[in-house]
Amino acid sequence: MLSRTADSLYWMGRYMERADFTARILEAAIRLSSLPVDDASPGGEWDSAVAISDVAEPFLAVHGAATEANVCDYLAFNPDNPSSIRCCLGFARANARAMRTALTPEVWEAINDAWNEFNRLDPDKMDVQSFSRFLEWLKGVVRAYDGAVHHTQLRNDGYAFMRLGAAVERADNTARILDVKYHLLLPENEPVGGGLDYFQWSTILREVSALTSYRWVYRESIKPWLVADLLILNRQMPRSLLSCCDDIAHHLDRLAAAYSRRGPAQRLATASVGRLAGLRIDQIFQSGLHEFIIRFISENARLSSVIAEQYLL
Amino acid sequence: MAAYDEMFGASHTGGTGEVRPVYGELKHWMDTRSSEFFDARRRQAELFFRRIGITFAVGGEQEAHERLIPFDIVPRIISGAEWRRLERGLIQRARALNAFLADIYGPAECIRAGIVPPDVIYRNPQYRVEMTRIRPPNGVYVHVSGADLVRTGEDEFFVLEDNTRTPSGVSYMLENREVMMRLFPELFARHRIAPVETYTDALLACLKSVAPASSEGDPTAVVLTPGPFNSAFYEHSFLADKMGIELVEGGDLFVDEGGVFMRTTEGPRRVDVIYRRIDDDFLDPIVFRSDSLLGVPGLMSVYEAGRVAIVNAPGAGVADDKCVYTYMSDIIRFFTGEEAILKTVPTWRCREPESLAYVLDHLGELVVKEVNGSGGYGMLVGPTSTQAEIDAFRAKLLHQPDGFIAQPTLALSTCPTFVQQGLAPRHVDLRPFVLTGAKEVQVTPGGLTRVALTQGSLVVNSSQGGGTKDTWVLDE
Repeated sequence: MLSRTADSLYWMGRYMERADFTARILEAAIRLSSLPVDDASPGGEWDSAVAISDVAEPFLAVHGAATEANVCDYLAFNPDNPSSIRCCLGFARANARAMRTALTPEVWEAINDAWNEFNRLDPDKMDVQSFSRFLEWLKGVVRAYDGAVHHTQLRNDGYAFMRLGAAVERADNTARILDVKYHLLLPENEPVGGGLDYFQWSTILREVSALTSYRWVYRESIKPWLVADLLILNRQMPRSLLSCCDDIAHHLDRLAAAYSRRGPAQRLATASVGRLAGLRIDQIFQSGLHEFIIRFISENARLSSVIAEQYLL
Repeated sequence: MAAYDEMFGASHTGGTGEVRPVYGELKHWMDTRSSEFFDARRRQAELFFRRIGITFAVGGEQEAHERLIPFDIVPRIISGAEWRRLERGLIQRARALNAFLADIYGPAECIRAGIVPPDVIYRNPQYRVEMTRIRPPNGVYVHVSGADLVRTGEDEFFVLEDNTRTPSGVSYMLENREVMMRLFPELFARHRIAPVETYTDALLACLKSVAPASSEGDPTAVVLTPGPFNSAFYEHSFLADKMGIELVEGGDLFVDEGGVFMRTTEGPRRVDVIYRRIDDDFLDPIVFRSDSLLGVPGLMSVYEAGRVAIVNAPGAGVADDKCVYTYMSDIIRFFTGEEAILKTVPTWRCREPESLAYVLDHLGELVVKEVNGSGGYGMLVGPTSTQAEIDAFRAKLLHQPDGFIAQPTLALSTCPTFVQQGLAPRHVDLRPFVLTGAKEVQVTPGGLTRVALTQGSLVVNSSQGGGTKDTWVLDE
């Protein structure tokens, strides 16, 4: 496969995943903002939405203070924000269009239809209800795309690159939620346990669609350290860091098998899985949750550039 | 202007005004369907084209301006007998064009014999002096070609121009057929229509047949595109997909150890045949335009060493020059020893003073074209132009007479077409697609019928608001 094609597939996977993630962040923030205002940080959910999306600096340069209206617009529709849903869909489609030959018609149509429909929207005419419907629609689009990939794509190297991109992006997304909200999960917060914290924790779970899973796994009320455990170490939870590392290693192994050659990307990915799989959540808290997250984000970024060097350039 | 109609013929050109037999079944079928039926099918067709993403960008505009080429659901039908004559003519023409190119870059006998004046060749902007040192693998210059044909009467077909660089539109021929088969399966059951779907297999076989002797085993062919922003990108991607070969950009290829390679996830891979959809100028920045980022540095040196085939050969554009066109009947006679089966439109070369004088006196009746123009840009259609447009064109013509040719305004045949007011005759042309491999020349039975959607308009180019139709060759 052409390196450029692999690169496009990888990034198409990443951008579709990121579009979905941005929609979840916005949904969670809208939900939090409908709660009684926390005097300590009124509107704090909008700041953290921008922070999680990793666009705080460019956002500040344009808007200053974060409000519901300007954050929703910036994260969903702003053409200058490369992580906005508009840009993610647009980039995913541009990548898809550049290598149509590597996609099944179903996958192409899922992306192309979504882009055509997106362009018929009028953001200026949206109210809270229609904006929520839009986010719901977008998540449906990504599920339809995912389903089309799952149902129709040949399980060849191209498939591995698409899935690899999605897994790397997903790992980064979960880690960034943890990076912004880690203080809510620290054990010192335990005695506080007020209503607002409870909502904050459940919001984190919603952001990774894990509220139901949490109950299945732990069968008890929401405890911050268990939230951290679920999001970092639970192998069954598809957006946990360990689960994402498993996926990354799995797709890299498939590539290694297809090309009969293992390289630095495989070694790095296997090492990450091994390290995470050997940890318990209390060890992570002991050595510092935030330090752990920061290190994970930078290792994940390094893995992405090693993958690029090995296959995509 | 009274034109011959594909469905009804025309009394003044020898037709009867009755439905021509070849359209009998279709006309009968159409008469028994309601206008709502056709409206619904037209909407379905549009939806289909938009979903599969067949769009083109006008004049290199960006993605925001992708639009559909209008598709008309009434097919254009050609009888088996008509087709066999066109096919013979097209094969003859393709052979002559290849022989002509081999000659002008080789012994130049046609120039010495006075068939074509030397300056028409040597001062032609498409002439590539590099090609005098290079023999393309297997001696083929124009592998993929197409001629724009127009019909003016029952037995009157003319070649309006040749396309020896990149005759685009073959993807529309294929997709139009696909859409028609989905929309009107019952019509396909009632007619024996020659398949066009074989085109991409034939193209791949053609590409492989011209692989250089240095290629080992099954030759590797690729499609070279300028990229997604090119107006024909859809077609490039479509063809690569149907052939199951890689669609590459210049940056995917590099030259090393006397060969051309592509960068893949498994390391470099040797390329034997490049079906390029970029212009000569951009092929190799070392030899042609040095600011080109689309091409492959060093490509021409590998080509010269005979270790890669370029389809079509650089410099092949000389053969579809509008001035060279005016010598085509003589060129065909000179190289094949036969009379041309397909007629060439009588043409005034404005570079010749007597012709220029005639053209200036008759601008209101003639079609005047820029010798190096294409896509329907830069032409004057006298009968449908205003006096101001004619005067403006006269100034251009006087400024640089050798940049222009003129032809009588042909009464292009019409074909019933759905327009706002219902079914109405609109002018059409026909672009069949010809493949020349190492051993044989083939023509896909069918082609792209382009239709001028504006009443009375004779300009069918998609860039000027033209549409397309499916083209049926009846298998009789």
